[in-house]
Amino acid sequence: MTVLTVPMAETGSAGVTRRTRVLRRLRRNPLAVVSFVVLALAGAIALLSPWLAPYSVDQTDFAHTFAPPGTPGHVLGTDDLGRDVLSRIMLGARASLQVGLLAVATSLVIGVPLGLAAGYFRAWDALISRFTDLLLAFPFLIMAVGLAAIRGASLGNAAVAIGIAQIPGVIRVVRSDTLRLKSLDFVAAAVVDGASDLWVLTRHILPNATSVILVQATVAIPAAILGEAVLSFLGLGIQPPAPSLGTMLATAQQFAARAPWAAVLPGVVIMGLALAFNVFGDALRDALDPKGDRR
Amino acid sequence: MARYLLTRAWQSALTLLLSTIVVFFGVRALPGDPALALAGEDRSPEALEAIRRHYGLDQPLPLQFAQYVERMAQGDFGVSIRTGTPVSSMLTTALPVTVELSVLAILIATALGVGAGVLAAVRRGRPAEWLANALALIGLSVPHFWLGLLAILYLSVATGLFPASGFVPFLEDPVDNLHHIVLPAVILGTGLAAIIMRQTRSAMLDSLSSDYVRTAKAKGLRPRAVITQHALRNSLIVVVTVVGLQLGGLISGAVVTEQIFGLPGFGKMTIDAVFQRDYPVIQAVVLLTATAYIVINFLVDLLYSVIDPRIRVTGDPA
Repeated sequence: MTVLTVPMAETGSAGVTRRTRVLRRLRRNPLAVVSFVVLALAGAIALLSPWLAPYSVDQTDFAHTFAPPGTPGHVLGTDDLGRDVLSRIMLGARASLQVGLLAVATSLVIGVPLGLAAGYFRAWDALISRFTDLLLAFPFLIMAVGLAAIRGASLGNAAVAIGIAQIPGVIRVVRSDTLRLKSLDFVAAAVVDGASDLWVLTRHILPNATSVILVQATVAIPAAILGEAVLSFLGLGIQPPAPSLGTMLATAQQFAARAPWAAVLPGVVIMGLALAFNVFGDALRDALDPKGDRR
Repeated sequence: MARYLLTRAWQSALTLLLSTIVVFFGVRALPGDPALALAGEDRSPEALEAIRRHYGLDQPLPLQFAQYVERMAQGDFGVSIRTGTPVSSMLTTALPVTVELSVLAILIATALGVGAGVLAAVRRGRPAEWLANALALIGLSVPHFWLGLLAILYLSVATGLFPASGFVPFLEDPVDNLHHIVLPAVILGTGLAAIIMRQTRSAMLDSLSSDYVRTAKAKGLRPRAVITQHALRNSLIVVVTVVGLQLGGLISGAVVTEQIFGLPGFGKMTIDAVFQRDYPVIQAVVLLTATAYIVINFLVDLLYSVIDPRIRVTGDPA
């Protein structure tokens, strides 16, 4: 009987109970709840930041440059051009989240089909492996710089470059899960039943691979946020005067002697965002683990 | 074994060729004419023509590529369009900096990561595990260039404990050399340690719950021996894979750290070359990074069979 219940649990029929089980596990994990609340808040602030920010991000005030945090009217102080730091951090965090989501979307759109194909069709595996090797062997920064040079440095192009660099990870995860699922009885049953490859892949394998894809996406977002900060710090990402946490740190480095505090806050915000995603990703992986409370 | 080596060699050569092709044509797709950049003030058509002829830029692209591959096979990476120095001599000054930084960082990362990973797995459910996990999560989430920035501001500038930037070759003054490189290496290493720690912990948890560890415990082996000789030994495959992957990525991954600490390494050379459209340098950088990645991966594969004799390398990796 056990042989029968395993494939049953893998198909969609038991999906509802599985989803409630996963949600229940998440709700019982205080870290999951806290990180989710942080992410929801950050998301809300990011969405509403154009209206929430006390000042316009490029409103300069040359009479009040480098105001320290706690200055009346500028809670977090002002930068080298007298712009409000709180407003720029809000909009910068919004840009970070945008890059994170866009990069991961890019890597999934390209990586998931390739991973499915590599795991399902033996003939494709070698070809796709060479492609991932090429991506892994190619220095990320050169690709990012090249893309920025050809298409212009911008939020979107930085996100695409980061997304491309994340494709190998997606392919690896999806490929190995496809290999696992392909060997299970319900897939064999579908094939015997005369289902086409496309049908098996989209109706049987992909739905069952969603949990690994989801976990991969949650850990890829913080990596992309850090990647954006690096690119913008080097001047290859979001271009000034548009606010970005990475560019704020680059400016802070220039004026470190006059305003050392300016180097602290943008970094804390980047870390907070990435940490919330990583903690939630961990909790999600534990909750999705069929082996349950092993970890 | 022979068949495996052959397959790997062919795959490696293919990856190398592909990266060479991608970068050769990719670089030429970039907007901006290097001849124009080189010409400086004198932008007459004659001057531009002379420059193009001198650097072979007037030849058809496939011919340029063939000549390039031929020269490279002879170890000639060409001459920097910007500085006029041979690329190979630029590499000989930049590479040691990056290699030293990477090796130090990976040593720090492995010591910290494996130690914390083993501790977390062995002390499951205790404060030690909790602390190790929390530190690893923070290590994964913190932007390391920011840590470097703070370290310079609050350790170097404020206290003068470490130099804020610059580099002294090891052979010139070993003590001063380490003094310059220890802070960047620690910053770079702690980030990598987080990833190593998590992988080690998860592999250790797997092997600690396996039958052979139970057997080892049952026959009365000391806990320390069970952990180091049985559980850790069987987790080494995972550790070696992660460390290898990171070392392969470090040669170009140390870019930002080098930039922050003003280390004249490979990363700085890369950034300068790309901003200045220095084709020969960019090509050498890509080729070298790809070669490093391929060689390290190959060594990792070979190490597998040393660590675990049950693994026989075959031409058909699973």
